Amino acid sequence: MVAILFICIGVLFNAFGCIGLIRLPDVYNRLQSATKCVTLGCCSILLGVIIHFGISDAGFKALVAIPVLFFSSTVAAHALIRGSYHFGTKLSDKTVKDDYKEVVK
Amino acid sequence: MTDFLTILLYIQIGLSTVCLYRIIRGPTIPDRMVGIDIFGILVVGICAIISIQTEKSFILDIGIAWIILSFIGTITLAKYLSGKKLNE
Repeated sequence: MVAILFICIGVLFNAFGCIGLIRLPDVYNRLQSATKCVTLGCCSILLGVIIHFGISDAGFKALVAIPVLFFSSTVAAHALIRGSYHFGTKLSDKTVKDDYKEVVK
Repeated sequence: MTDFLTILLYIQIGLSTVCLYRIIRGPTIPDRMVGIDIFGILVVGICAIISIQTEKSFILDIGIAWIILSFIGTITLAKYLSGKKLNE
């Protein structure tokens, strides 16, 4: 029952991330919303898998999957957003401050 | 309990179709890449829920392999976007 609770929390976080992916105006806003929420949601789902299976082969596989997912998704998001800034993607019209422009040039 | 897990699985599959909307519709190239990245993370959740439903552990291996391949693909596309070679 606790496992179902953790999976429910994970699916809820995934839903928040996907709403942000659709609704927000800019590629930077979309990425920061979607990456944080979806990474936390899938880690919560894998935690539910660990609780459901206990100490067995499936539990240890899920235990390995959590750090791999956490580090790889955050590093990939950082590299992707840096590449898209250097590519020249326009920021949204409502953006008030851009500190990275002074660092690059 | 199994029926409730089926509902959660359908919700998760629906969220990944939302990412497909962003991949198809996205105005710029980085938008499509963000959609691909998020889709790769959501598939891991789908694999985890299916592994609980079917009580088989090899489906989690598919999830781990999908994470690593998605990571390599996203890093390569980011290098391509910033206009650098792969060994820089």
